Amino acid sequence: MLKILKYSFYDLMRSRWSYVYFAFYLLLSVVLLFLNSDLSKAVITLMNVIIVLVPLIGTIFGVMYYYNSKEFTELLLAQPLKRSSIFLGQYLGVALSLSMSLVLGLGLPFIFYGLFRSNAIWDFSLLIITGTFLTFIFTALAFNIALSNENKIKGFGFAILVWLFLAIIYDGLFLMSLIIFEDYPLDKLSLIGTMLNPIDLSRTLILLKLDISALLGYTGAVFKQFFGTNFGLIVSFIMLVLWVIFPVYRIVYKSKRKDF
Amino acid sequence: MKRFLQHSILLIIILTSHLSLCQVVEVCNNCKISSLKDAISKARDFDTIVVKKGTYKEHSIIVDKPLTIIGENHPVIDGELKGEIITIVSDYVIVDGLHIINVGTSYTEDYAAIRVKRTKHFEIKNLILEKLFFGIYLEKAEDGKVYNNKVIGQAVEEHNSGNAIQLWYSKKIDIQNNNVQHVRDGIYLEFSDDCLIKNNVSANNLRYGLHFMFSNNDIYEDNEFTNNGAGVAVMFSKKIKMLNNVFKENWGTASYGMLLKEINDAEIKGNTFEKNTIGINIEGSNRINYMNNNFINNGWAIKVRGACYSNKFIGNNFLYNSFDISYNSNINDNTFDKNYWSNYTGYDLDKNGIGDVPYRPVKLFSYIVNRTPETIILLRSLFIDIIDFSEKVSPVFTPDNLMDNHPLIKKITW
Repeated sequence: MLKILKYSFYDLMRSRWSYVYFAFYLLLSVVLLFLNSDLSKAVITLMNVIIVLVPLIGTIFGVMYYYNSKEFTELLLAQPLKRSSIFLGQYLGVALSLSMSLVLGLGLPFIFYGLFRSNAIWDFSLLIITGTFLTFIFTALAFNIALSNENKIKGFGFAILVWLFLAIIYDGLFLMSLIIFEDYPLDKLSLIGTMLNPIDLSRTLILLKLDISALLGYTGAVFKQFFGTNFGLIVSFIMLVLWVIFPVYRIVYKSKRKDF
Repeated sequence: MKRFLQHSILLIIILTSHLSLCQVVEVCNNCKISSLKDAISKARDFDTIVVKKGTYKEHSIIVDKPLTIIGENHPVIDGELKGEIITIVSDYVIVDGLHIINVGTSYTEDYAAIRVKRTKHFEIKNLILEKLFFGIYLEKAEDGKVYNNKVIGQAVEEHNSGNAIQLWYSKKIDIQNNNVQHVRDGIYLEFSDDCLIKNNVSANNLRYGLHFMFSNNDIYEDNEFTNNGAGVAVMFSKKIKMLNNVFKENWGTASYGMLLKEINDAEIKGNTFEKNTIGINIEGSNRINYMNNNFINNGWAIKVRGACYSNKFIGNNFLYNSFDISYNSNINDNTFDKNYWSNYTGYDLDKNGIGDVPYRPVKLFSYIVNRTPETIILLRSLFIDIIDFSEKVSPVFTPDNLMDNHPLIKKITW
């Protein structure tokens, strides 16, 4: 598995796309810091970008990589290798290279701007951690979709739909349900609602770390009580880990039964 | 000529005899007179009592004649938590430079470090008050001055703590350069008219930095209100002028810079609201002019709760607030004009400094949040940005006449 991981990782490292992705984040954070040298403000703006873009790029890139390297995969399948190690290796290769672009692209400019001396470091590391989680989650989802769909167009369509659902439509449904059930106590419901969607979960985690939390009023107090404590933080990270484990498990499961 | 000379000699004699009447009474720990109470009983009208440095364990001191009481190097008057410390019941009393500590706490009586009762022309200045229940309590007083005092309480809970400076049915009081901290209300005015509150610092108080109740025609200017439960609460009052104050960091789930409730005909000008959860919370307030204020980094710059008519918001800066204006109805009778909004995205083709497209300060999301507060957790979600945008293009839920027709392109400086 490690060999395949290494192979896909190096393959991606050589490819143009990871450089573009890296360069994009580098440019983004440099421009942000150039326009506004307040680190904690830059973290908020970055959060807006990361919450939307990281999942999108993770899904699209994952699907694209799978379809592109299909012939090579088939060649590998002819060798005496475990199927799970082939696919897991590929998956980890993609996810790792994407996260590396993200971490380096965002990290370098911030370090040059004196991140270690500022107290925004915790917020920033939280941002990086959730960004990495999102990459892993959405790449895994992408591999799942690609494995289940032979048809490329269908696969891409599904991938975009999944992103659209989790990034936008979910919030819409969530909002609707909150408004419909406004006569009932909603804090539990809203807590569960955010926990179930990795994008919402990461957004709330970061927002509560930044001091927008007082804005949230009563609901905020409930949330702060939950996410602000170590228990809440651990639970939300477990939630994110689960979001990684289930799709990965399904990759293994599906790849074993798939007829190539 | 002779007559004039006689007269003037007479006058001089009278004056000097009067001057000799105004004695200085000294109080110190080792003197003949070693307590303030003793000194007051021995002093005659218009005498000066000088209290030397030291600690005086006294309470229930009643100043019943026009005296000037001056503390040298802040002598300590220790009330030993037994009740009220100084009560002024005579006109023309000056209290200067004392350090008063340990006022008794009571649930039935409002014990104060200094209470002024039904008198005129008093001056209370340069005092330091600590470990107190109420600080300076003016009761039906008139024409007084409260200058340069420092009041540091240790309030923990609202129900068993008092206010630093409290006015009750008082008129024409001048409150300047005081520093009040860690009490319930920094300055509290109840039924008090024509007062001037200037250059005070009110910080870290449990409830309000400054609190008006049924008080009219007052002015407060150049004050700073920082990190209070809520900055200033102005309730049931008319014709109050609020000028050049700073409201900062009143941040918490139920905090605001300023609360206006049932306020009419007021003027709010040149104030700065920075980093408050809610800049101004307005309820049932009419005909108020908001001019040249800065709203910076607040959660909500202005939250309009309802029954607010004919208010004018002109020439204010709204900078980087999460929500600029929040409304809970879609009827609007207030005017917004010529403000600068940092969220404005319009253009200015004719370069006259005024945006060509009107600005709508109320976002759909703020309307939704007003209806269902729990939805605030969707703040900064992409979906919310999308619905805000569509509402901006064609308003359905937010008041469609609520807009700034002349939004400025550049931040206003004065």
